[in-house]
Amino acid sequence: MKCRFLIAAALAASVAVPATATELEVTHWWTSGGEAAAVAEFAKAFNAGGDTWIDGAIAGSGGVARPIIVSRIIGGEPMGATQLNHGRQAEELIEAGLMTDLTDLAVKEGWADFVNPTSLLDACTVDGRIYCAPVNIHSWQWIWLSHAAYEKAGVPVPTNWDEFTASAPALRAVGVVPLAMGQQSWQTSGAFGVLTVALAGPEVWLKVVKDKDVDTVMGPAYTAVFEAFGAARQLSDGADIQDWNQATNMVITGQAGGQIMGDWAQGEFQVANQVAGEDYTCLPGLGVNKIISTGGDAFYFPLVDDADIKAAQLRMASQLMSKEVQVAFNLKKGSLPIRGDVDLSSANDCMKQGLEILASGNILPDGNQHLSPDTNTQLEDLMVEFWNDKSITPAEVQKGYASIIADAD
Amino acid sequence: MEKASRPSQLFRNLSAKFAAIPMVLTALVIFVGCTVWSFVYSFTRSKLLPKPLFTTEDLFSIPMPTWLIKDGSFDVYYITGFVTKSFVGMAQYDRLWSNSRWLTSIENLALYAGFALVFSLVVGFILAAFMDQKIRFENTFRTIYLYPYAMSAIITGLVWQWILNPTFGIEKIVRGWGFENFEFAPLQNPDLVMFGILIAGVWQGTGFIMALMLAGLRGIDEDIWKASRIDGIPMWKTYIKVVIPMMRPVFVTTLVLITAGILKVYDLVVAQTNGGPGLSSQVPAMYVYSYLFTAQNLGQGLAASTMMLLGVLIILIPWTIIEFGGKEKR
Amino acid sequence: MTAIDVNIEAVEPRGTKPKKVLSNRNIMVYGVLIVAAIYYLIPLYVMIMTSVKGMPEIRMGNIFSPPVEITFEPWVKAWAHACTGLNCDGLSRGFWNSVMITVPSTIISILIASVNGYALANWKFKGANVFFTILIFGAFIPYQVLIYPIVLLLSQIGLYTKLAGLVIVHTVFGMPILTLLFRNYFISLPEELFKAARVDGAAFWGIFIKIMLPMSLPIFVVAIILQVTGIWNDFLFGVIYTKPANYPITVQLNNIVNSVQGVKEYNVNMAATMLTAIVPLVVYFVSGKLFVRGIAAGAVKG
Repeated sequence: MKCRFLIAAALAASVAVPATATELEVTHWWTSGGEAAAVAEFAKAFNAGGDTWIDGAIAGSGGVARPIIVSRIIGGEPMGATQLNHGRQAEELIEAGLMTDLTDLAVKEGWADFVNPTSLLDACTVDGRIYCAPVNIHSWQWIWLSHAAYEKAGVPVPTNWDEFTASAPALRAVGVVPLAMGQQSWQTSGAFGVLTVALAGPEVWLKVVKDKDVDTVMGPAYTAVFEAFGAARQLSDGADIQDWNQATNMVITGQAGGQIMGDWAQGEFQVANQVAGEDYTCLPGLGVNKIISTGGDAFYFPLVDDADIKAAQLRMASQLMSKEVQVAFNLKKGSLPIRGDVDLSSANDCMKQGLEILASGNILPDGNQHLSPDTNTQLEDLMVEFWNDKSITPAEVQKGYASIIADAD
Repeated sequence: MEKASRPSQLFRNLSAKFAAIPMVLTALVIFVGCTVWSFVYSFTRSKLLPKPLFTTEDLFSIPMPTWLIKDGSFDVYYITGFVTKSFVGMAQYDRLWSNSRWLTSIENLALYAGFALVFSLVVGFILAAFMDQKIRFENTFRTIYLYPYAMSAIITGLVWQWILNPTFGIEKIVRGWGFENFEFAPLQNPDLVMFGILIAGVWQGTGFIMALMLAGLRGIDEDIWKASRIDGIPMWKTYIKVVIPMMRPVFVTTLVLITAGILKVYDLVVAQTNGGPGLSSQVPAMYVYSYLFTAQNLGQGLAASTMMLLGVLIILIPWTIIEFGGKEKR
Repeated sequence: MTAIDVNIEAVEPRGTKPKKVLSNRNIMVYGVLIVAAIYYLIPLYVMIMTSVKGMPEIRMGNIFSPPVEITFEPWVKAWAHACTGLNCDGLSRGFWNSVMITVPSTIISILIASVNGYALANWKFKGANVFFTILIFGAFIPYQVLIYPIVLLLSQIGLYTKLAGLVIVHTVFGMPILTLLFRNYFISLPEELFKAARVDGAAFWGIFIKIMLPMSLPIFVVAIILQVTGIWNDFLFGVIYTKPANYPITVQLNNIVNSVQGVKEYNVNMAATMLTAIVPLVVYFVSGKLFVRGIAAGAVKG
């Protein structure tokens, strides 16, 4: 129903100002309930400006959508605009001169003055030129806990990772799966990253993803993480799910105790009318070390010859960064805005926690900013295999991890 | 073969040559050209985009003073050449064969191919043999056995995913009969997942094998049956001793067709498990797709696809020699 | 390659129908055939049953039980309202896309291949066999080897993600088997006809249109069946060579089933699979034995 209403709204907007309308096809992989609601805010704003948003949602995940997006750009059949995670995913496309340079617009509007943290803009910058508009900050570093599940088990809601693992038997006793984990490989790989940051600390983590230090991977801090992750494998037994939002749904409905997932999970709780602090609890940095990572999504605009489209691309870029759109979008999405100068008083508890941590400056770059898609794919393969095949020992996977990092480009 | 030497040779049969242009283009550009392209680029370090094979940057020239001073003048000559930075030799292949996902894919494919071959040949032949007993409703039975073949692998995958789903499917039903501990969740079990896919694959493919076998059986001389009946040889023995050896060409052809098809298996796995749980139902075609497009490592993906081609050749070449070798071309 | 060209007449049963109905042998024969038939029919049955149940009933009951209350709501939803992202117009879009892809691809690939086959059968020129052999071997090359260079080729000529590009891809990959099919058929026609027409002064196209075409209706029907089902069921090319707005129905089906908003709606999913299956199933049930011949020839396509 919601979808149809949005389409109707979009149509109404486009009918109102038909004369100057430029159609812009926008590809993205925001297809879960909360995500679709958020991206509709973009469409609404863009259509209200007199243009037409042609939605090119690609179902699945980034792993499914990215190849489609990238091969269309390479194939000379680009869309008007596209979501990508900022970082190294678009690196080669930019180097090949396939992306629109947004530097002039960015300078005119003073993006550098209000984008916070500045690392977001750095991730869009290649050789001093800006090629993308960051739209949100997403942090991986959260665990989401279901109050219903813990009530059922008769134990208090944990406040950190150790309490969480300790409470697992009590959840099992009442037939609740302690940890919901979907089958997509980026989920296990991401959860491992979160566990590393929480248990080994951000410096150690950075040494590996940024400096590609193999000795650190083989060192004692990482050994402890691999063992903890190995032990956590059995916590997800019995959760037969594929997508991350199905895992979130298990937490929402109390079938699972918790889920390690980025703050995009927030949107799902919101769509289900759940209240932070009452129905669910969120712990940044797994409750161990309050920190957020500043990954996120950005919009890239493939280079086209058509002047009308080019103008529309710049209009969209400008809109995406505007205060109103940032607030409307991020409230629905559950992510943090990319500007430090907007009012988010209507945000819920979890988002406010995130904003506080952001303000305090306890932030981390996202893995995507340092690891190439090639390396990421290998790490994801390794971790999802480890998670699902309990015959693999932590020591074995540690060696595999080290060899991937050693070859990382 | 007529000896061609007349000058008008090129222009003879012009319409036919014109009509054959699409075929010639397909054969040369797609099947030869693209295969060679993929093969060559599998030796490069191409990432998202194919790396140019040679660039001007690869050129180098080293000044070499000539130690012979002639007429008091000092001469310099240059050695020029190029080192290409794009080629990495066998590096992509080394990496491929040490990658556990690729190795799992190969194991899975071998397992799947082995069982699928045996199952579809045995089941297909038995069904065909029964169908050949001058039965009633033959058309009805054939229609039923063959309809899955008309449906796409995507549909096959999704339907069996649903039937094998432990929460709603077979496991729940058997538990409902009172077997509380019954477990049947092949798609959720890394050790059994390939068999879950096998159930779907065999369901879709055997009807077709049956049709091929049936045609083969119908091609066998009626007199053989009469002779064996007169000699009092039991029917099953006749099948094993006489009929099956006579159907050798049909078996060989079927074998080649099934194997070549199995090597390409992709849609079915994508729809049914998408390679999971973990990496336990990965197949080579998924690895290629993933590296060509998702991981942005073209060289690696092409190396994997070249190995797939090699796999096909290993099956195809002996078959060609057996089937066509020594015989006159038609 | 002759072995796979199943002789259609040979598929007919021979001799008189059996008279005794109940013998041990018959019980075993029919027993086995019926058990096998049940295995083959179960998925179709489950698909249909699930697609006309409500979600509560699916959760409570089992997949084999017939619906207590029949509802066509899932079918309506699958056809018109199921969402991928913001696009909530259901499978209908993919259905029409598939029609738009299948019709021209079928026509063009068959036209080209039939002329090819005719040239190979009746107007052999030097080197023709070489290309034909490459073509047949080409049918066995894994698609994975060819997909990427074809992306580059299509983008060079500006047809990447366009309908025309996909039509070319289907024409190219359908060519080996169709050419084989037509060539073998034209060879089997009596040569005297061809020679007589030549004596009368008819040329390449004249003979093709006036003599060959009228005689080859059955083989065209076989080719159409082969192409329509093959192209309709294609997934890989649809994913790679189109854009989301032009996705064929198989790709959209996989998207709808695998993009979950909240709870999986199994009844809608099964209705969607049925909708996708309808076209090939109708072709199959209507064409009957010709289908057997078509797929036997099409086996090379894998």
